[in-house]
Amino acid sequence: MQRYVITRIMQAIITLLILSLAVFLSVHLTGNTADYLLGPETTEADYEQLKKNFGLDRPLIVQYADFLTDIMRADFGTSFLKGRPARDILMSRLPATLQLAGAAFLLSVIVGVPLGILSAVNRDGFLDNFGKLFAVMGIATPNFWIAIMLIMLFGGILGWLPTFGRGGIEHFILPAFVLGWSAMAGMVRLGRSSMLEVLDSEYVKFARVKGLAERMVVWKHALKNAVIPLLTFSGLTLAGLLNGSVAVEVVFAWPGIGQLMLQGIQTRDFAIVQATVMAAGFFYIVTALLVDILYAYVNPRIRYD
Amino acid sequence: MASTTNVSVSRSPWERLRIMVGAGPRGRVPWIPLAIMAILLICAIFAPLIAPHNPTKISMSNARLAPFEDMTYILGTDVMGRDMLSRLIHGARTGVFISLVALGAGAFVGTVLGLVSGFKGGWLDNLIMRTADAALGFPTILVAMIIVTILGAGIENIILAVALTVWARFSRMIRGDVLSIKELDFVTFAKIAGLSTPMIIARHVFPNTINTLLVVTSLQVGQVILLEASLSFLGLGLPPGDPAWGIMVSEGRTVLLQVWWLSLLPGLAITIVVLAFNFFGDWMRDTLDPKLRRV
Repeated sequence: MQRYVITRIMQAIITLLILSLAVFLSVHLTGNTADYLLGPETTEADYEQLKKNFGLDRPLIVQYADFLTDIMRADFGTSFLKGRPARDILMSRLPATLQLAGAAFLLSVIVGVPLGILSAVNRDGFLDNFGKLFAVMGIATPNFWIAIMLIMLFGGILGWLPTFGRGGIEHFILPAFVLGWSAMAGMVRLGRSSMLEVLDSEYVKFARVKGLAERMVVWKHALKNAVIPLLTFSGLTLAGLLNGSVAVEVVFAWPGIGQLMLQGIQTRDFAIVQATVMAAGFFYIVTALLVDILYAYVNPRIRYD
Repeated sequence: MASTTNVSVSRSPWERLRIMVGAGPRGRVPWIPLAIMAILLICAIFAPLIAPHNPTKISMSNARLAPFEDMTYILGTDVMGRDMLSRLIHGARTGVFISLVALGAGAFVGTVLGLVSGFKGGWLDNLIMRTADAALGFPTILVAMIIVTILGAGIENIILAVALTVWARFSRMIRGDVLSIKELDFVTFAKIAGLSTPMIIARHVFPNTINTLLVVTSLQVGQVILLEASLSFLGLGLPPGDPAWGIMVSEGRTVLLQVWWLSLLPGLAITIVVLAFNFFGDWMRDTLDPKLRRV
């Protein structure tokens, strides 16, 4: 067990290092900062001086080591455009993204899991067919398009819901649904298949033979085991949501990290790009790590593969 | 389990096709998705011949025609008077091109690495699989963003971004196959017969992974199309104004209530196409490899 946890943590660290290397190179391969800051009329000496000031004349490996130490202190440099540390900007945007991802996640669990389980229990019934349609559409529709269509319907035509920005609970409904739909779809599918599998197992048959009420069999005996795969999936979903929100945040003008990341890329504001990509990657990798470890505790069978 | 892998390979391609069409676990061939895929392919290949108008020709006198308002522009025109149908057809071409090239590259690299990784084992296997883990550990959008930051927006960079995110799925699945295949007798015999490792991989191992390859590919197409559309939508791919479905959806955003068809139609096209590929992929999986049900 301990060995598994340690290997898994090492893996996560390596992945983070690869990410940091990719981010570091992305900034350095696109030309150095001095090129961007100086106009065409500057002299060679100015250029060299500026490079020296930024430490850009040192070997790449030294610069990378520096970059790593900075990142560990959450120092991503100063945003060119806003003149503030990228960390502060990141922190001011973080709550919005976390709230949205949290809302979408909650929605996907509240709607997705019961729908999946009920689909399996009432196989081929109305709910099952609805669940299938819901899941199939959730996986196939581009979220940015659904966002726009819902804005048109609920904001433009019906005027029921606010369609942009952050605010009260009604501001969450559309973006959280759009962001959560594909996750819900996954929950429905996985919940259904895992429940079906469990309902087909020997101990469920035994419980039935024993004469237990169907209600007891389904909700007491089967449900517990059907939920295990959903646990892993939901963890990964949460991680994915944090990052999958770029398009959704852009469409709904949601002041979160995804929107900030895109702005950073469009304006070539490297400090912002570094900060947002590292933060998003960090959340994803750490969540995946925690889920794996948690899962190993819940299900001892997977530990040593 | 080992013997089933063996048997399915000894069938001729024709026989395999007949089994697929005739009696898969689901039985039914997904004709509607196949038809949609065929239409999409025809549109992509013959776009300039089929499209009734030039997709980028601006004609302000015909701007904002609603669908079916003017029968020469049957699906209407956008705010610049460009024909929607022609733009959709050319958009199909762009999407199919990017998705196919990206998926092809990803599948090729992923398969080669998966074969080597599974067959060789040892540190090489570890290295490739850890890299694959890392690649799968990044959300695709993030990878795309890093690449666009490095290389700038553009069609070839979208392709690279997509390829970089899909190869690992192929590697993982193929490696899993290879691990069981390499224990089979015919591989041992090939070794005893003195065949070189590349030969054994190419002649004896690879053919047995083709089912997996087909299944993973067909399951990935829809995802790749969606990813490409998202990147185009975010302005990370083709320049604005070019006919790509993602860009078209984004162009309609500002005039949503007046020119509603502008976002609606391309988004609908994406959904229909992705649905078709997903259904087709599910069917391929159920027919070719029921073991992969949960992929």
